[in-house]
Amino acid sequence: MSRAGAHRSGVPVARRPRADETAPGELVVEARDLALRFGGVTSLDGVSLRQRRGEILAVIGPNGAGKTSLFNCLTGAYRPQQGSVTFWPEQDRPTELVGRRPHAITRLGVARTFQNIRLFPALSALENVQIGTEVRQRYGPVGAILGLPHARRAERDGVRQALSLLDLVGLSHRTHELAASLPYGEQRRLEIARALGTGPSLLLLDEPAAGTNPAEKRDLAGLITRIAGTGVSVLLIEHDMRLVMSVATSVVVLNFGRVIAHGTPGEVQRDPAVIEAYLGVADDTGGDAGGADVQAGPGAATRKDVR
Amino acid sequence: MSVPPPGPPAASDQPAASGPGGGAATVPLRVTESPARSAGPSDPTGSSDPTGSSDPTGSSGPDGGPARPAWHPAVLFTRARLRQLGVLLLVGVLAAIVTGPTGNSDKPLQAAKDSIIDVRIVLYLGLAVALWVVLVLGAELRGALERVSAPVRAPIGAAYGRRGAPIVLNLVLLAIAIVAPMVVSTAAQQSMVNDIGIYALLALGLNVVVGYAGLLDLGYIAFFAIGAYATAYFSSQTAMPWHAPFTLNPFFVFPIALVLAALAGVILGAPTLRLRGDYLAIVTLGFGEIIHLVANNADNVTNGARGAFGVPHLSIDLLGIDYKWGIDPLPYYYLLIVIIVGVMIAFGRLERSRIGRSWAAIREDEIAAEATGVATLRMKLLAFAIGASVSGFAGVLFASKQFFNPQSFSLQASFFVVAVVIFGGMGSRLGVVVGAVVLQGLAFYLRDKVPPADRYIYFGAVIVIMMIFRPQGLVPSRRRRREIQLAEEGIGAADSLGVAPTGGQQ
Repeated sequence: MSRAGAHRSGVPVARRPRADETAPGELVVEARDLALRFGGVTSLDGVSLRQRRGEILAVIGPNGAGKTSLFNCLTGAYRPQQGSVTFWPEQDRPTELVGRRPHAITRLGVARTFQNIRLFPALSALENVQIGTEVRQRYGPVGAILGLPHARRAERDGVRQALSLLDLVGLSHRTHELAASLPYGEQRRLEIARALGTGPSLLLLDEPAAGTNPAEKRDLAGLITRIAGTGVSVLLIEHDMRLVMSVATSVVVLNFGRVIAHGTPGEVQRDPAVIEAYLGVADDTGGDAGGADVQAGPGAATRKDVR
Repeated sequence: MSVPPPGPPAASDQPAASGPGGGAATVPLRVTESPARSAGPSDPTGSSDPTGSSDPTGSSGPDGGPARPAWHPAVLFTRARLRQLGVLLLVGVLAAIVTGPTGNSDKPLQAAKDSIIDVRIVLYLGLAVALWVVLVLGAELRGALERVSAPVRAPIGAAYGRRGAPIVLNLVLLAIAIVAPMVVSTAAQQSMVNDIGIYALLALGLNVVVGYAGLLDLGYIAFFAIGAYATAYFSSQTAMPWHAPFTLNPFFVFPIALVLAALAGVILGAPTLRLRGDYLAIVTLGFGEIIHLVANNADNVTNGARGAFGVPHLSIDLLGIDYKWGIDPLPYYYLLIVIIVGVMIAFGRLERSRIGRSWAAIREDEIAAEATGVATLRMKLLAFAIGASVSGFAGVLFASKQFFNPQSFSLQASFFVVAVVIFGGMGSRLGVVVGAVVLQGLAFYLRDKVPPADRYIYFGAVIVIMMIFRPQGLVPSRRRRREIQLAEEGIGAADSLGVAPTGGQQ
């Protein structure tokens, strides 16, 4: 992550709107004209994107199109050279995310999962989620050492919240098992639970269905829909077109760092630019076999995203 | 806005436990301590073999009975064990040479020859074989013990929730610590205070930095020096040329030193904790040397290499209790025990709180921790400050106990504390205290036996042997052992030093 310059003292103090201060269709995030370059390689080239509360927005595109780079810009892991990301742009005091450190952005309400699962492997499932739920707790070392009432209360609340999240993603039976010992699909769901623990209004899922079997994919679709139903907006990178088409409210297509199409899943599927980007495999994207991922299409060979 | 299309009907509110046909088939790795394995009622491989050698009992089926009798030669003499024996014999030969007659430049090989044909080599080789037998027997016995105790143990306790060593063991150890000084000589008592006690306290503090937060601090002794010199400054008009305009009882210097050291930790940490990996170690090393050199050379401030004389002993006159600590080491010893036990309890609570979990998260995956909202830099600074404050606290005790000079704050002392932490077991409070007892006990034992210049050879040998056979330390913490194990398998990290600067890759 680009540490240099990411921490800027001039950033105004951010405020997190309460749930009742936001309207159902209100814009959650608006990215404008993002550009990210690594030396001579352009990863994002003027990407703009808006997402409303409770919406499931899918970002698709061939490998190297800049999807994960976009995520990294939204969550503060990378700092784009140009453009802005505004959180709750329709509120009185919208928050600019570019220039904030990742943990600060998470505390504002943007949580994410990783494409290559990044759990805390030697901690139990419960502890993994607890770390998320404890993000906004305030008690410090003195409270912890002396076992002061407010610290104990916070600790209990964190555990209770974490347990209910484990229940939500269907991992109650794994509570005390090590994260690393869980099967792959369950690790993916545990990562979602950890992200939800931070109390996000925007959840970024980076290929949550990668490496899971069809049954797990169906479960995942249900889970994503349920999460969105609670008012959390979900921004989803996914190669599995069947999943995208079944859950997404709208779709943004990236190619070579540019948005080449956006609209409802149906519109995007018929878009000639999209069909061209996928070089004709678009027929399959309607979804016959779940295994016919776009990832396997020729677009995959174009170029690797710069890390 | 269009309504989200309903998910496929199969997605109910109760996701299948592990997806039909999913789950169990794709367990990605072997975690020796995972309850999934130890949940089996008679699984003998519940805990890892600490020597790292292949565990012969593991080859026997869990309930199908052992494939071979336990004392079959093929079971007893695995390749790993024979290699172990070879290494031990080699160490025996080396020890014989090291302790042998002094060399002579005219006959360069004479000394080596003399020490090898000497009777002593038999002794050393005998010791090596004996050590090996103990190791093998120990592993066998432990295997048998596991088979007996595994069904009794609750499956959950095996992976999580057990709070380190049981309370009974801790109380026994405490009782031993209380009784021990009564049966040893005054010189040994002296060493139990100055060396073991103080270093146990230092190691507990450094354990927060190295063991919990996973940062390498090689200049840790500098905070100890700050505590000691603060005591001389505030509590005596004569100890150093530079002194406060008033005199405080050393007890009042405790909080001052605590704050000063923590402050120094923050000042050192704020710019350097952004550095990664080896750079942090180098900067802290430099800081330690700066403090040491300033103390050594600022004659008009710290009295230079002559050190500070005449810092008053601790004394208390409060609520009818009037007591003065004097030259007798025993009262200091018991004061130290109280402080060490207090610090151990406090840090145990800290480790199990959200702060301890944040440290674990930083250690295992800093980028994920940051993305989960852990303020990584602030948490590392906190670890640095807490560690430093314990060190400053120890410095006050040290200064009020005896005369000191900058020699006590040398690089060697810094390395020694790190060695104690690694030897005892990173992240384990009991471990680092045991580490201090063993290493400083060894130093005391060697004091009259070998020339002072040779002492570090023995330390080196002990630590190298330790790292070969028990890299996780004498009394490792469970969490740390799992991390090291997983990191060796390429999952996660065991410290927060070498994180790749990426934010999730495509």
